[in-house]
Amino acid sequence: MSESLTLAWHQFRLERRMFWRNPSAAFFNFLLPLLFLALFGAIFSGNQDDLDVIVPGIAGMSIMATTFNALGMNLTFLREQGVLKRMRGTPLPEGSYLLGVFGNAVANATIQLAIVVVAGKVFFNIDWPKDWLELVVYLAAGVTCLAALGVAWSHVIPNFDAAPAYTNIVFLPVIFISGVFYDVGNAPQFLRDIAQALPLTHIIDGLSGALVSGRGLADNASGLIVVALWAVVGIFFAVRGFRWESRREG
Amino acid sequence: MSAAAPAILVRDLRKAYGSFEAVRGIDFEVAAGEVFGLLGPNGAGKTSTVEILEGYRSRDSGIVSVLGHDPEQRSRDLRRRIGIVLQSTGMYRHLTVREALEHWARFYPHPRDVDEVVELAGLGEKQDALTRTLSGGQMRRLDFGLALIGDPELIFLDEPTTGFDPAARRAAWDVVRSLQDLGKTVLLTTHYLDEAQALCDRVAIVKQGRIVAEGPPAELGASSSRYRVTWRSADTDELETRETEDPTALLHQLTSAALARGEALRDLSVTRPSLEDVYLELTAAPEEAPAHV
Repeated sequence: MSESLTLAWHQFRLERRMFWRNPSAAFFNFLLPLLFLALFGAIFSGNQDDLDVIVPGIAGMSIMATTFNALGMNLTFLREQGVLKRMRGTPLPEGSYLLGVFGNAVANATIQLAIVVVAGKVFFNIDWPKDWLELVVYLAAGVTCLAALGVAWSHVIPNFDAAPAYTNIVFLPVIFISGVFYDVGNAPQFLRDIAQALPLTHIIDGLSGALVSGRGLADNASGLIVVALWAVVGIFFAVRGFRWESRREG
Repeated sequence: MSAAAPAILVRDLRKAYGSFEAVRGIDFEVAAGEVFGLLGPNGAGKTSTVEILEGYRSRDSGIVSVLGHDPEQRSRDLRRRIGIVLQSTGMYRHLTVREALEHWARFYPHPRDVDEVVELAGLGEKQDALTRTLSGGQMRRLDFGLALIGDPELIFLDEPTTGFDPAARRAAWDVVRSLQDLGKTVLLTTHYLDEAQALCDRVAIVKQGRIVAEGPPAELGASSSRYRVTWRSADTDELETRETEDPTALLHQLTSAALARGEALRDLSVTRPSLEDVYLELTAAPEEAPAHV
């Protein structure tokens, strides 16, 4: 067991090293939430209510982008390149590999969340997090749920050329419906109903509680249950359908 | 496991993809320390067979034993003792050759020294280069290096030199020969005859999912009972060729006729079919019925 964890740690270190080896990609990755914050900050400038919505919203969006989007795309790429097949031929345990990859996504999500929190404090007059425990719980629940769904979604993506389209067809509607850019309470009823079923809505709610409103974990318990249910579904399909190589041609 | 147990044992192996039977009852054994080749045209079932032995695919039926394990169980012990060079496979792009080998070395209980493997794979000058900057031949050498880093007993090479220029092929052959010198067991697939001839102790010719001939490359050619006798005819001045099971009588006829004429028998040769002849004969597509009658 400890050997598997050691190997997972080495895999994590390797993933981090490779991430930073592509500095321009890393830069834009981290620039994106800042860019969104700057744009919406400019649009909503002076309206603290809107800023209170957009900061946790962008934080939630960042968690989704670094886990769901990144894993869906990367695993499709590695699968199509044959890297996954190569890894599978070694004695590296499958669990260690996936844990290392997951850790990499968690690290990126944490860095982005930190960037958003600092930017919120510096530019948008949002104080330091009110409930650190709640922030950590929702970060952990959010990355677990969305990373698992990203891995599961990578099984659906047929090839790398299709990966951006397959990723965005989920990502873009979800960030709109889940209230990244506006308060879900103002949306029409049917969108609110859909939003209540989506995990990102509740992740953003939890982040909002931790960062802005101070509403505690206990008040958001039902939201955490929705996130947990999605996580269970995600993990089930992530593990069950995992494909180490692209389908045979013909 | 006794020392005499084969490294690989395959009995009546079968594998179908839908209605296409890729492997239709294959049997062979590979002894420890042997270089064994599966030779055949594309689509003959070589890769399916090898990928079953490597643990990538499940079989439909038959018995398979690799170093005493059933590869389908995918035990870690087995994966620690084998090295795999896949037919075509990518690598992390943002790693150097040395970093890749160092990372892979951690997977194994008793890895070889990284410097030694860099040397063996002929990557000394490229060890600090990112893998995405390597040429096809250099990438293949890294494939070899990654397969060897764990000091495996058994190495699978699936078409190790396909698409190589002649110099790169020779370099890859040298690596395989050095594996043989180290006492490793090697199973390789190829559709190049010269490769099988140059590297393998024994070869099995695979056609349409079956083994159609098996033996040492030199004997495979000789296994045919026919001889080919060629000479230049005194009457027509053209080359004549005749195949015969026993050339003694024919040669006697030819030589005595030449002696009687007081002439030399020009361009006389007696040859046995080469591996190439056997291969082409065995793997030739069945003759199609003429479209128009």
